[in-house]
Amino acid sequence: MEKLETYCPNTWCPGCGNFGILQAVKDAVNSLIESGTPKEKIILVADIGCNSKIVDYLGLNSFYGLHGRSIAAAEGIKLANPDLTVLVFLGDGAALDEGISHLIHSAKRNSNIKVILHNNRLFALTTGQFTAVSPKGFKGKSTPEGSVEDPINPLELMMASNAGFIARSYALRVQHLKNMIIEAVNHKGFSFVEVLEPCVSFFNNMQFYNENVYEAVNDDPSSKEKAMGLIKEWNYAAEGKVPLGLFYKVEKPTYEDQMGRVEENKEADIMECLKDHI
Amino acid sequence: MKNTKDYSILAGGAAGQGSRIAGLIIAKLFNRIGYNIFIHEDYQSLIKGGHNFSQIRVSSENVSSHREEADFILALNEDTIKKHGERLAKNGVLIFNQDRIKSDKGIGIKIDTITKELGGIPIMSNTALIAAFAKIVGIDWAVLESVLRQAIEKGIDKNLEIAKRAYDTTEGLVKIEKLKNKPKPLLTGNEAIALGAAKAGLENYYAYPMTPATSVLHYLAGHAKKLNVIASQLENEVGVINTAIGSAFAGKRTMTATSGGGFALMTEGISLAAMSETPILVVNSQRSGPATGVPTYNGQSDLLCTLASGHGDFVRFVAAPGDAEESFYWTGKLLNLAWKYQTPAILLTDKDVSESTFVFNEAVLKQVKKEKDLRWNGKGEYKRYADKENGISPMAFPGQPGAVVKGTSYEHDEFGISTEEREEIVKMQEKRLRKFEAMAEAVDEMEDAVKVYGNLKSKKVVICWGSAKGAVKEAAEHLGLKVVQPVVLQPFPEKQMYKELKGASKIVSVELNSTGQLEQVLNSHGIEADKRILKYDMRPFTAQELEVQLKKI
Repeated sequence: MEKLETYCPNTWCPGCGNFGILQAVKDAVNSLIESGTPKEKIILVADIGCNSKIVDYLGLNSFYGLHGRSIAAAEGIKLANPDLTVLVFLGDGAALDEGISHLIHSAKRNSNIKVILHNNRLFALTTGQFTAVSPKGFKGKSTPEGSVEDPINPLELMMASNAGFIARSYALRVQHLKNMIIEAVNHKGFSFVEVLEPCVSFFNNMQFYNENVYEAVNDDPSSKEKAMGLIKEWNYAAEGKVPLGLFYKVEKPTYEDQMGRVEENKEADIMECLKDHI
Repeated sequence: MKNTKDYSILAGGAAGQGSRIAGLIIAKLFNRIGYNIFIHEDYQSLIKGGHNFSQIRVSSENVSSHREEADFILALNEDTIKKHGERLAKNGVLIFNQDRIKSDKGIGIKIDTITKELGGIPIMSNTALIAAFAKIVGIDWAVLESVLRQAIEKGIDKNLEIAKRAYDTTEGLVKIEKLKNKPKPLLTGNEAIALGAAKAGLENYYAYPMTPATSVLHYLAGHAKKLNVIASQLENEVGVINTAIGSAFAGKRTMTATSGGGFALMTEGISLAAMSETPILVVNSQRSGPATGVPTYNGQSDLLCTLASGHGDFVRFVAAPGDAEESFYWTGKLLNLAWKYQTPAILLTDKDVSESTFVFNEAVLKQVKKEKDLRWNGKGEYKRYADKENGISPMAFPGQPGAVVKGTSYEHDEFGISTEEREEIVKMQEKRLRKFEAMAEAVDEMEDAVKVYGNLKSKKVVICWGSAKGAVKEAAEHLGLKVVQPVVLQPFPEKQMYKELKGASKIVSVELNSTGQLEQVLNSHGIEADKRILKYDMRPFTAQELEVQLKKI
């Protein structure tokens, strides 16, 4: 087992769901290293928010980008060096509010990056405001009377965006999450793993999740119909069963494979281009 | 100008009629017989209809501005005569499409009839008009055929057939003298940007379409194999800058080009490049603003926002080229500087450099190559932000064995882990400050950071930047004035400017904006202009209009 920790003091709240995600990521990374991925070929890309501190806590290559823009940076890293395994960590505010366009387009172009959505269903680091996945009626400092907006279902959005790998896990089911991350990495193409997590300080729905999440069995992940059934089973409200697991998986050519690579040590042929200009 | 041969040609038509291509072909004809070329494109923000025209200047001298007066007008539509007929010189010649236009003046050619008779498609009428023009000005058929073969990809045989008919049925009128100069490549500023970047090792190009920067994307996408680059169009400018930074962090030389509105969207990313010390080259090709402004017309009103682009305390390299050669050279140079100093660099150009066509002197090719940047030696523990004396930390890239590479937008320690400790914050800011000093020293050493033209002994000095250079240079040469063109604008080349302005009795600043943005920069460096010439109808200066104003000084 590689020691992956850094000297950076952990500043998450006691009981934060991110601890479970951190453990699952460590386990998944170790498993990847054991099965032959060189450690230096792994890079973590983070956004801004509590979740994104994960890159400070892991002694791995990382790029800690701007709020909402981690997916864009990750795509650039992957296209520049397709040999890297690129894991992106971002929250619901980043993925579904600030940076929703990048999420949609990254899925659409099938960039071979692994998006891990820390979904606590609110802005936490800014002390509790609603996001695109907060339930209607969410009371935060910006919506003291309750949010008037219905949440969107991020997995449905990913289906509509032609994502080739869509899964959901839960921060407190570390083994399940670890497996989902490994499956996402092994999928050749854009992968989206939603991780539900309670925010112990501003939106503690741990009990609800503990009582209602279940590991769904999907015998045909290539079926859009079955995937949509699982995806729509829960409507991001405070009731109903919440299925976990790999919902949809279909392989198709990646963006990087289709765009190709620049040739090493080959100079631009300027003279050839200039011929057309005389 | 004794023995100067200088002609001004205007080719106009509706959008979609192909007047731009026609203009370029005409320019190539003159290029082949030894003339220098400058083309200014005037077009509207629409797809079909409207009125577009190319103003082609062909000269024995090295010119880079257009003339209002036209020696020849080629009219594909009636609007061209209505709008520009008055500009025809006293002995000028109007050549028009007789099938569509009634005119008692000029030479009518039945180009639609010729095209139809020979079974061509409507756009081929342009070829007929060009051929008729070539005959009128005495250009050999062999030259015309060679240029057409090179310029036209589809249906060349039919085009040549039509050209020959038009050529043979038109009477020669004048014989433009052949010059001894060899033909040179004709490049727009944007094409030169693409080539300059490629020469300096560009690997990934990202962009979102925006006039007048779009043709950089078109050129790189169209020449991706030859230039060994990957050109990607992305979802928006915010995506573009962040993706570009990602690629640069992973070790690839990257660039993007946009215009004012897109540039504004990119500025948070420019700030990220500064903090994460990721090399990135951004081209901001100005057009008229604020906001959407007049999208296909020029402006030099993004100088101040570019110099201050991105939040936070940092310095970027900014350079503003005035023609295609400078575009090539400074794009290459800025890409190298960005990598040497691990910093954002901005090429600030403008529509009339980006989209005008210039003669390109191939000698400049040798002046740009991919220069070395500072790499980690592989010894000890790698620290992305190692605290070096000149502020520049050796680079390693993710994937390199033995290195953990951590780049970040947060304030950080040497390893790249976020910090809120005051000592660490000061240490890192001071590391960057030392780098900014090194950048200023680099500019100090650049002899070409400021260029001069005209009568270098004159105490009357005209200062200009970007596209205004072409017209200012020509006017000043006529009037015996000195021209000073600061090309590097950040870090500001104070030393070179003071040297060139020493002893000046009058200083005039010329800009294509309404508030004198360069003048404000000059003021902040203790340089006062005695007079300002500002233009904000978003059309380029001509040497003639500047001469009228500069004579009064």
